[in-house]
Parts: sequence; C-alpha cells; structure tokens
Amino acid sequence: MTVASLHHSLAPPRRRKYGSMSAERRWALHWSYFFLVVFAIFFLTPPVYMLITSFKSSAEISAATNPWWVSHPTLGNYRELLTSAQFLTFFRNSAMVSLIVVAITMLISIPAAFALSRMRFWGSATLATGVFLTYLIPETLLFIPLFKMFALLNEYAGIELINHWWVLLLLYPTLTVPFCTWIMIGYFASIPKELDEAALMDGANYRQVLTRVFIPVALPGLIAATIFAFTVSWAQFLYPLAFTTSADQLVLPVGIITSLIKGDVFNWGQIMTGALLGAAPPLVIYAFLMDYYIAGLTAGATKG
Amino acid sequence: MAHVSLRKIVKRFDDTEAVRGIDLEIADKEFVVLVGPSGCGKSTTLRMIAGLEEITSGDIAVDGEVVNDVPPKDRDMAMVFQNYALYPHMTVYENMSFGLRLKRYPKTEIARRVQEAARILDITELLQRKPRQLSGGQRQRVAMGRAIVRNPKVFLFDEPLSNLDAKLRVQMRTEIKRVHQKVRTTTVYVTHDQVEAMTLADRVVVMNRGLIEQIGAPNDLYHDPATRFVAGFIGSPAMNFLQCSVEEADGELRVRLSEDIALPVPAARHARYKAHLGRSGLTFGLRPEHLTEAKPNGDRQPAYIDAMLEVTEPLGMETLVFFRIRGIDVCGRVSPEAGAREGARMRLAARMDNMHLIDDATGRVL
Repeated sequence: MTVASLHHSLAPPRRRKYGSMSAERRWALHWSYFFLVVFAIFFLTPPVYMLITSFKSSAEISAATNPWWVSHPTLGNYRELLTSAQFLTFFRNSAMVSLIVVAITMLISIPAAFALSRMRFWGSATLATGVFLTYLIPETLLFIPLFKMFALLNEYAGIELINHWWVLLLLYPTLTVPFCTWIMIGYFASIPKELDEAALMDGANYRQVLTRVFIPVALPGLIAATIFAFTVSWAQFLYPLAFTTSADQLVLPVGIITSLIKGDVFNWGQIMTGALLGAAPPLVIYAFLMDYYIAGLTAGATKG
Repeated sequence: MAHVSLRKIVKRFDDTEAVRGIDLEIADKEFVVLVGPSGCGKSTTLRMIAGLEEITSGDIAVDGEVVNDVPPKDRDMAMVFQNYALYPHMTVYENMSFGLRLKRYPKTEIARRVQEAARILDITELLQRKPRQLSGGQRQRVAMGRAIVRNPKVFLFDEPLSNLDAKLRVQMRTEIKRVHQKVRTTTVYVTHDQVEAMTLADRVVVMNRGLIEQIGAPNDLYHDPATRFVAGFIGSPAMNFLQCSVEEADGELRVRLSEDIALPVPAARHARYKAHLGRSGLTFGLRPEHLTEAKPNGDRQPAYIDAMLEVTEPLGMETLVFFRIRGIDVCGRVSPEAGAREGARMRLAARMDNMHLIDDATGRVL
C-alpha cells in the first residue's frame, strides 16, 4: 500500500487513477512472482537432485565431487532396474492394485454419493457427515487394529489375509472411498434439482438418472476423484509395508526400500532411479488431466 | 387425451400445510392456469400432479384412474421447468429425444417427431447446438419441444416464463398459446402473474394460502370475483377498496364512502344490497378503469367524486390518477385528453354498474 500511495502522489494528477491502479497491480505481480519462484525452487530441488543422482554410478555418488554435477553420465541404473524381474513385479503389483482400487472406489462412491445427495432417506445427512469423518482417522491409527483383525480371522476362520498383494484391494478403499464419496456428494449437490426431475418426468428411473444425466454432467468431478484415488493407491506406503513381506507381493514404494537397501548399504543411484520411475505414472496422468482435476475441485464449490 | 381430477388434495411439509384440500376437475384438452401469490401452494399442487411430490391425503386421478402411487416416469406427463432444466451435456436434438430414446422408440420415429416439434417451435436450425449456446428464449423453446415430442397425456408448466425479460415473456406467452392451439393437450400451467393467467387460460384457478379461492373463465373472474382476494389479485392496477356503509335516501340506496361522498347504487342491485343497510364491516370495491373523467351530461346515473389529484402517471394511451378518500389511496384511469394535473381538482365518474360490495368478515363479494 505504501508503495502504491507513493506512486499515487508522484503521478501527474490527470492520470492519477490509471497510474495508481497499474502501480498496485505491478507491485502485486512482483511479489507473486517472487513467491512463485521461491516455492518452485523449494519443491523442484528434490526431484532435480533425484534426476541428477540417477545418472551417476555408485562410485561417482560416493566420491567427494560436486553433487549437483554429473561428470560421467550413465544409464546403468535405468538399464539395471528395467531389466530386473523383481522391479517389474513391483511395478506390475502397483499398477494392478491402483487400477483395481480405482475401479472399486468408483463403483462404490458414485452410487453412494448419488444416494446421499439425492435420495433423501432417514439419516442420510448424518451418514454423509459420517463418511467424511471416517476419512479424518489417520491410517497410522488403523493399521494395528486391522492387523489384529486379520490375525483373528486367520485364527478362527483360517483365512490367510496377510502377505498377499490383493489384500491391499480391501485396505486402500477404506482411504479412497470416503474422500471420493465426499467429493462426489459436493459435485452432485451442485447439479440443479430440476435436472433429475426433468429426467424422471422424461421416463428415466433412478439408475438412468445416474448414468445418463449425473455421470456425464459431473464428469470433471468424477475425473478429479479418479485421479485422487489413483494417487493415493499408487503412493500408499504404510499398509503395504505392514501387510506384505514376500518380495513377489510387494508394491513399488515398499519394494524399492526393501530390495535396494541391503543392511546399511544404500544403493542410492538405483533408489533414485526407482523413485523417479515410480513417480512417472501419476505425473503423466496429472499432466493430461490437470485441467479436469482443478475444474473438478473448484466447480462444485462455486456453482452453488 | 386425458382428464385430470384432484380430490381433497392435502400436502403437509413437517408442520406446515402447503395445500389444504383442493378439488379440481381438469377436462380433456383444457388449458388450466393455477395462479396466486408465492407460497399459495400452486407449485406444490403441480408437482403432486407430476408425481414429484407425494400426496399427504386425497386422490389424483388421470382418466378416472388413481395415480397417487404411480412414479413420475409412468404417468406420461411432460413438464417445463422455470429454469428449463435442459441436459447441459446433450445437444438440442438429444435433449428433445431423450424421453423417446429411454422408451426405445425406433430411430426414424424419433427423428420424425423431433423434426415436427422443431418445426412447430421454429428451432430446426438449433438442433445440433448445446444448451449453453442458446439464448433464454431459445432454451425455453427447447424445453417446450422436449415436452411436445413425447406427445404426453398432460403438459405441466411451472412458471416457465419467469426467467425471461419482459418483452420475450409476452412473445413466448403468445407462442405457448399458439402451440396449445396446434397440439391440443391437457395443460396445467402455474404462474404468479395474473396477466399470464388471464391471457393463456381456458379456466383460471386462483389460489391463496393452500386453498382455491375461485375457479372460472378469465372474464368471469374479472367481472364477478367471488372474494376480495380474487378481486384484488386479478386486474392491474389493482381494484380500489374503501370502507363503506349502505344507506337509503329518497327511495334509493347509496354507498357512503365519506362524509361528502355517497354514490348511488344501480337499481338492479337494490334487492341484493338491501339486507346490508346500516351494517358496518363492508368494503366497496371499484376498479380504476371504472373510475374515469366525468363527461358533461354523458353519464346516465351520475355518481361523481370530486378528487384532489396528488399524483398522475401518464401512460400514453391513458393516465392514471391518484387521490385520497379518508386517507386511503384511490386510483382512477382517465383519458390523456382530460387534462389531469397534479394538485388540481378533477371530477371523476364512478361506473357503479361495475361496483362490488364485500363483507369484511368473510371476505366474500356480496
């Protein structure tokens, strides 16, 4: 404000209004760029460092040279990982888990959100809030009781749930379904009531209202929820660490840690390469669907 | 081809009664308008006919068959909403054909019907557009088209013109009437605008506080309102209401409005009003159009009011004049040539053949 008013008093009186407006705007822009650059550096440094390290051999990493420079670039780390059957197993497990979890999540959340936002039944409002509250319980509190439950189940029913990659298909939806349902409730609520009434009058039943009107109209929200579910499943670390142990059942984040750290020997080059390769699929998805993602997160709020 | 009967319809929301017992017979091909102020239960009644709102008690029958528990999709009715409710992700063609596609009509039949409706509504060139590319009036037409293609038993309109600007509203009003003349389908139309009600309806149903005040043809409501509410609701500017008493002098009845204004009652009404001689709690009602400038020797039975004009509103074809009788604003309509001026005195003639006498206790026109 002080800078703006300074400009204000110096500017010739005729152009007073215009001058003060543009000065204030310029001032705001300067600061915006300043903070943008600061944050960009802050958040981009780790991935850049990972990228640099991934091109180094183990010898170069442990040598006392400039860590921000690659003197002898090599693709050895990439070659080794991409030809390792184990790494590809991790990748396949991760992909299977994430894709199936996304499908399960959507199959549950979309009808749930539709019912909670449109079919007024006894307790529907409480239930909707309840769904959100479930999401607030951190997984770090849940994995021990879950582990206990699985152990009991094994003891009494003889069902072995631990150390299978597919058990994650049961666990991840507890994280993704509440949040996706919540996003979709908000999005469905922004669709005018007359639209489903018009469809009902046109001869649609509730299932057709959902599939022919709600899903197409709420597509941006749906995509946002899908991306969220995928990212959560892909990046989940604690549950697979606790519930899977055999090398052939591991997903990528846990697999990298357990197979590339041997005792106190850290294979940094391959760890960085593995992490980068693991981060690629969500990155690609975001890049393609970013516009939808942002529209989905904001549109529900502003449409009213 | 459908005739709709409402019998003792009641709708209760939690602790409020939105509709408090309505009986209404709607004949086949009839255009019925439900009109009343907001909160009178007209929209709720329409939504109950549509099946979008459950009925608390009473029966709704279509062609003699009670449909209380029939879901909206099986009632074969089409509805036009206030905000059009077009499907935003579909083209106009897809919007209009949606109902037929759900019922799995053959493609050629769908195309024929959509083209036919588009021709009636003059929207043929818009068929491939999306709703967001249309103006308000065009969206309104598409919403009507979506109703027409289904060839339903009943059309339901829920304040379809309220979102349009004044000029377009008049245009679309004519359009709706024209469409109804071509596609003769039983129609129930809800509006709060009495002009819309009067211009469109075969019969108008005036509602107030969840009850029907009066059912009648537009002209009957205008000339013979049953209650003070109807008298005040129909007509613009609204009817003047003044406290009065009925007295007898020189063998004729008079309506006394103030110490120096007493207007003669036409002889034809003597018998009707005689019972109320000297009573209190009476209101005199007269429309502004029946209070005009006095013509020298032109009035058969002179009933003059000498008015001190406070406000005049020239409208071109006529001038509205406002003055007070015992502190109550009274409006008259005079010809622009009469030379009405604010602050001037003017002699106005009341056309007493068009007067109404209202019982304050019951609100009924006597």
